Amino acid sequence: MNHDSTPPALPDGLVAIVKRDCPTCELVAPVLGAISAAVPLRVYSQDDPTFPHEVADVIDDTALSMSWHHDIETVPTLLRISEGIETGRIVGWSRRQWQDFCGLDDLGPDLPEMRPGCGSLSVDPTYADALAVRFTGSRMQSRRIELAQLEDEIEAGFDRGWSDGLPVVPPTEARVLRMLDGTSRSPGDVVAIIPPNLNEATVEQVAINAVMAGCKPEYLPVVLTAVEAACSSAFNMHGLLATTYFSGPVIVVNGAITGRIGMNSGGNALGQGNRANLTIGRALQLVVRNLGGGRPGEVDMSALGSPGKLAFCFAERETDSPFGPLASDGGVADGADALTLFAGQGPTPIIDQLSRTPESLVRSFAAVLRSVGHPKLAHGFDALLIVCPEHGRILREAGWDKDRLRSELSDLLMMDTDPLVRGVDGIDEGLPSRLAGKRLPKFRDGGLLIAHAGGDAGMFSAVLTGWVGGHMGSDPVTAVIEPWR
Amino acid sequence: MMVPRRTSMTATTSPGLATGSNLIVLDPTAGKVAESVERAPRLTSLDGKVVGLLDISKPRGDKFLDRLEERLTERGASVLRFAKPTFTKPAPVDLRHEIATSCDAVIEALAD
Repeated sequence: MNHDSTPPALPDGLVAIVKRDCPTCELVAPVLGAISAAVPLRVYSQDDPTFPHEVADVIDDTALSMSWHHDIETVPTLLRISEGIETGRIVGWSRRQWQDFCGLDDLGPDLPEMRPGCGSLSVDPTYADALAVRFTGSRMQSRRIELAQLEDEIEAGFDRGWSDGLPVVPPTEARVLRMLDGTSRSPGDVVAIIPPNLNEATVEQVAINAVMAGCKPEYLPVVLTAVEAACSSAFNMHGLLATTYFSGPVIVVNGAITGRIGMNSGGNALGQGNRANLTIGRALQLVVRNLGGGRPGEVDMSALGSPGKLAFCFAERETDSPFGPLASDGGVADGADALTLFAGQGPTPIIDQLSRTPESLVRSFAAVLRSVGHPKLAHGFDALLIVCPEHGRILREAGWDKDRLRSELSDLLMMDTDPLVRGVDGIDEGLPSRLAGKRLPKFRDGGLLIAHAGGDAGMFSAVLTGWVGGHMGSDPVTAVIEPWR
Repeated sequence: MMVPRRTSMTATTSPGLATGSNLIVLDPTAGKVAESVERAPRLTSLDGKVVGLLDISKPRGDKFLDRLEERLTERGASVLRFAKPTFTKPAPVDLRHEIATSCDAVIEALAD
């Protein structure tokens, strides 16, 4: 579509905006004739340039350019323009207001005292998208791709290689413009350099992929932050993509934004059914695919993959959590809108329906955590422990906070290495023999994250098993979500 | 101004708003074509050549490379050994430069 972003100038004097399809405009047509005979007045018509016939040289605004650019919401609207600047505005019909505004007496003596106006065509929902594209579409620099008449728009996404295996929402100009309403950042701002091809991704390009993922505009600040955090050198998205292992980026969101955009931190938080959780996670992966060129079978060499590589994003349940927010562990102030990226997959269940004391429960947690990756391996792979509310209650009522839980787990996760050495138990996998005769922690320092999520019922916590931790692989990254304006 | 939102795709009924009827979408890709780089000429002989062996730091990659070094040395090549700091990240640029300037050929080991 052609774009026309230049606001038309208005003539000095009085300006009226009308449409024939408005009873109030019909009513005031003779009044406009009387005003134009007395003072300078230009009339713009939104739907019929021959209306009102009482006024000479009506200006054709059927393209709605003047109305759109000057924020006309009601017809009739009267404007006062001085040296190109609007200095006054009234809407609808009110004899007293119109007489004061125009400095004329006896306007419309036979008309009722007042009558409200009608909606301007420039804010009619039928035209809003097309007008936004026409007048602001030039903000967007991406290449326009025209689909053939006979092409199915969903199949077109598959055919061009843009899909992760599920249908993508066609990223029309109107949809991308609406998505860009979700951020105050300029469309051309560079968000990150996306691996593996190390292409720059702009806000606009991320917005296009967010549209395809099914995001609402209010999710965009979360998506932008996730993309930026994923592409940090600490998180190492390149290696995470390329690995033959299962892992993908897991996004955990904290703060009031989770409620505002309707994220799920409760029942089925890791599962299906919540648009925000799923489409934010999906948008990050579509950015890596489409802007970074990271595709399965190419740079993505995962042996088995994981369903979480479609989308893996949830909110932490902060309301009744025994812990401070996960983002606080990443150095962000309590209560801030923030997200934490973790390289992982899962969940691996922790069933414990019998423990009623934290001392017993923590032993169950440790037993499952010891098996992360392989029960005979230690210190390489990270994990994110998600404590469910029924388990969280046991900790909370006993006064165990996250530090206490972490400290108890650290003790329980010190492992004698002799049973873990390669070959022991008839299993070739294990620690190298040079590590025999020692005690090693299962997780590196900082390699065990703890969060709280899930539904009210069910004594089922979970472990999201992680990838190679630290500078050898990926460090969890926490980032503040920028306010949208 | 607040633009009211709508879910349908196009609006073409206003007299001033007629548009083409084909759907236009924005390119979601980086829109770049991968640059193709010509490969270095293949060696015709190993005699007197320097061959770099790059260990990507996966377990037991060294065993594979030890054996390669034996075989290459038997055939008259001299061998230089290199290692990436971690298999999860691309080789650092300085390491790539060192290999490129000191070797006639390089073998990268992906053993596990």
